[in-house]
Amino acid sequence: MTTALAPSRLHAADLARTAAVGLRTRKLRAALSALGIMIGIAAMVGVLGLSESSKSELLAQLDNLGTNLLTVQAGSGIGLGSGELPEEAGAMIARIGPVEQTTTVSAVDANVFKSDLVPSSQSGGLTVQAVDLNLLDTLAGTVADGVFFNDVTASYPTTVLGSVAAERLGIDEVTGTQLIWLGDQWFTVIGILDEFALNPDFDRAALVGMATADAYLDHDNVPTSILVRADPAFVDDVMGVLAATTNPQNPEEVQVDRPTDALEAREAADDAFTALFLGLGAVALLVGGVGIANVMVISVLERRSEIGLRRALGATRRHVAVQFLGEALLLAAVGGIGGVGLGYLVTTIYANVRGWGTLVPPIAIAGGIAAALVIGAVAGLYPAIRAARMSPTEALRSQ
Amino acid sequence: MTVRTTRRPGAWDTTTEVVLGVQDVTKEYLGTLPVRALRGVTFDVRRGELVAVVGPSGSGKSTLLHIMGTLDRPSAGEVVVAGHQVSQLSDRSLSALRARHIGFVFQQFFLLSGYTALDNVADGLLYTGMSLADRRRLAVDALTRVGLGDRMGHDSTKLSGGERQRVAIARALVGGPDIVLADEPTGNLDSKSSAAIVELIEELNAAGSTIVVITHNQQIAAGFPRAVAIRDGLIESDTGNGVSP
Repeated sequence: MTTALAPSRLHAADLARTAAVGLRTRKLRAALSALGIMIGIAAMVGVLGLSESSKSELLAQLDNLGTNLLTVQAGSGIGLGSGELPEEAGAMIARIGPVEQTTTVSAVDANVFKSDLVPSSQSGGLTVQAVDLNLLDTLAGTVADGVFFNDVTASYPTTVLGSVAAERLGIDEVTGTQLIWLGDQWFTVIGILDEFALNPDFDRAALVGMATADAYLDHDNVPTSILVRADPAFVDDVMGVLAATTNPQNPEEVQVDRPTDALEAREAADDAFTALFLGLGAVALLVGGVGIANVMVISVLERRSEIGLRRALGATRRHVAVQFLGEALLLAAVGGIGGVGLGYLVTTIYANVRGWGTLVPPIAIAGGIAAALVIGAVAGLYPAIRAARMSPTEALRSQ
Repeated sequence: MTVRTTRRPGAWDTTTEVVLGVQDVTKEYLGTLPVRALRGVTFDVRRGELVAVVGPSGSGKSTLLHIMGTLDRPSAGEVVVAGHQVSQLSDRSLSALRARHIGFVFQQFFLLSGYTALDNVADGLLYTGMSLADRRRLAVDALTRVGLGDRMGHDSTKLSGGERQRVAIARALVGGPDIVLADEPTGNLDSKSSAAIVELIEELNAAGSTIVVITHNQQIAAGFPRAVAIRDGLIESDTGNGVSP
């Protein structure tokens, strides 16, 4: 009397339990092999997170600064011009339709010192610039302390200092009584500006009003650069006509720039590094995968008697294969989840240090864990097949 | 601790069902030096029997155990376990046969370290598809039967050799298999533990389990109701079916 054989079965929960046997009994080895995957995934998540965080920071910055600021400068040197723009250039540019705002800057040939006792050779790399009253408006600049020029102060011997200039002159706050030695006379400091993100030249300058430059420094106020805010929709068009408008006779002597381009170029360079580091992360992940494969091959050899026992208890070849594959996947999953956590942590710490918001793309998290699982599956496949192919008698005889 | 019945231990009755049939089984290992481990072995094990398969090392008794346990296939001949012809079954079906109809006890115990005695025994039913709760419930019964009711939560590696072998026996018995195959169950034990295990095997048989013990120990074999002596791959004598010693 024979009844049909019900097939061997292994519940999913039991499969998970058997897959965890190796991890439970060989904790250090499991931890070390998961660490390999963890480092690889952490590197990839960290790189993606940092690149994304810095990119979002840049976008926020660009958004804030606007990408519609253009600078027009006089070229200088042989064949490049005299270093000065035509006097009427500002008015000409203002007549271009989409131009919203212009401000004129004229470099003053003078040095600035903390006092009249400092030798004139120690100018500290600071410049003197004569500026319009709307400079801050146009550049979206802000005053850190004190005030900017008004109609009155712009015609008296007063100065507003860029952030670096103030620091080098030893002035950290404005009292209204501080004097500096500028162009061989005393000027009162009335304000200190915050750092300019797009025009760092102004950080190292002592600014004076145009009228002051004319009256006290014997300066002719011929523009050396003009800053232009254009309608964001027509920035490229404006850029195209700026040189010719500024100096119709010699447009080649005019240099037109968009300062945000420099930021974007820096970001593009960062992208190249991101790709490089991602590649390194992938290599680390691959090495981690090889580590798991190695550990699993050893594990299969060491646990021959367990394999034999399981076959004797009724495990099919598939049950044995799935157990070892499951173990490799579990190792990789532990490494993957740990790696995502570590990558996230590194990103958060670095972003905080740089003052950015943390942004780890969800695709990096999901992709990190998925990559770990794929590596685990590939690494576990050969050992699993090897375990499954082992004949039960051979496995049992091994001890 | 053990259940005793009024039935005579190892009673052999020709009317009872054959649980294990070995018919003219040969096993050859091919290689540079081909070995014929079994050269035409025939014998039956009936329900409720306690049989010793005894022989010196190299006699072919381990090969016979593997073939009886469907862990290996014979080169020729047929093996019938619980009514299933082994030659007709796929590898997967053989696994199912082992999961439900055959229990194994090994000389080296083969307990999983890091698991309690209870879970080691419950793993005897792992591949039957039974739930963990049911497996543990049956494991409690089986451990009680082998006298380890007070050791269930102990880590299996912290038990003595004799206790470990009891756990392994409980694991073989937990699903109520048609036949239990024990490969040198006392081989790794001192004489005192060894005697206790033999006594346990006799008690379990008395309680109804069909058990085949492979051993090289003549003394143990002599104490069993039936001994099949094997030498050079042939049955030399069988005290159970009238073959003269």
